[in-house]
Amino acid sequence: MVDPRTTVINRRLSKVKRIVAVSSGKGGVGKSLVATTLALTLARKGCRVGLFDLDFTSPSTHIILNAEKIVPQEEKGIVPPIVHGIKYMSLIYYSGDKPAPLRGEDVSNALIELLAVTQWGSLDFLVIDMPPGIGDVILDLLRLINRVEFLVVTTSSLLAFETVKKQVSLLIELKAPVLGVVENMKRTKNATIKAQTEKLGLRYLAEIDFDDAVEDSIGDEVKLLNSSIGRAIGQVVERNILKDDGCGKS
Amino acid sequence: MHEWALAEAILATATQIAEKEQLKEVSEVTVRIGELQQVEREILRFAIKELKNDCFKHAKFRFLNAKTTLKCRVCGTSWQFKKNTLDEATVEAIHFVPEVAHTYIKCPKCGSPDFEITSGRGVWLDNIKGVK
Repeated sequence: MVDPRTTVINRRLSKVKRIVAVSSGKGGVGKSLVATTLALTLARKGCRVGLFDLDFTSPSTHIILNAEKIVPQEEKGIVPPIVHGIKYMSLIYYSGDKPAPLRGEDVSNALIELLAVTQWGSLDFLVIDMPPGIGDVILDLLRLINRVEFLVVTTSSLLAFETVKKQVSLLIELKAPVLGVVENMKRTKNATIKAQTEKLGLRYLAEIDFDDAVEDSIGDEVKLLNSSIGRAIGQVVERNILKDDGCGKS
Repeated sequence: MHEWALAEAILATATQIAEKEQLKEVSEVTVRIGELQQVEREILRFAIKELKNDCFKHAKFRFLNAKTTLKCRVCGTSWQFKKNTLDEATVEAIHFVPEVAHTYIKCPKCGSPDFEITSGRGVWLDNIKGVK
């Protein structure tokens, strides 16, 4: 017996120029905020952007976007609704505000289902908010979509960075492109993470100062883009993602 | 899974298999459909008819039903999925992503959402027959 779903996944993404997964070895480092800010920033630059929340058991991008009362349309699959200029997809359309207690195999099946059914159309960027760690989602993305670029988020904590090293090591081993590392919630001028990132042969993309105002920006995209995360990701987009070529070109 | 997306996936996969097995024309495609996903067969049949290429011109599409059995990982109870015990919105959510069953369905004995879908989860291409 053959599972027909995987055959159409790359067809669904055929008009998506670049796929950027925002990942980390640890939870709580700010992946969802960075992913959402990245998507919003790219959209403000005139790019056609999608945001896909793959943190199925702990989704939060819908709260950051204040996108809690929207539903996708059905048109030969699922068409993600547009929120603040972004095509937005999340399991919350189906699980609502209730818990989705999923084991690994269920996570994998839900991921394949949504990849097979979502009609993204033409995009310059699909930004993915990843769950923490090196579990089913990252392995499935690497298996099913052969062109995902990873933007890795850490905090200044060596505990967080230790898990990032493991994730990056896996990505390098599997020859997945890593755009670089963002150090989030930085409270000191300590340059350890920068040095360690460069020692791994990766680009240190940005340091984001700890900003009390970030919490107030949740649900307000204008405040978010003006926060420390918004400013730092704005620079990363200009310098490291769009460069001089505009949308969808590396 | 949405029936049109599913029809496209079935035809794409069947085409791949037909090419691999060097079939000039496909005469029969058997699809096993898990009850949990509640695929509307008439819509699926119509979508296949609309999307199919010449390779499937005379192909017969057979749909087999697979009962959905759930088994609790905590107390070991097995039970059958029953659509009529759920409201319409829940049924629709499970139709699109069967894994959200874990959000809405609990073990009838111990109330745990930690169960295994032991059979009848999704849709599988069971068999393809054709002429070489």
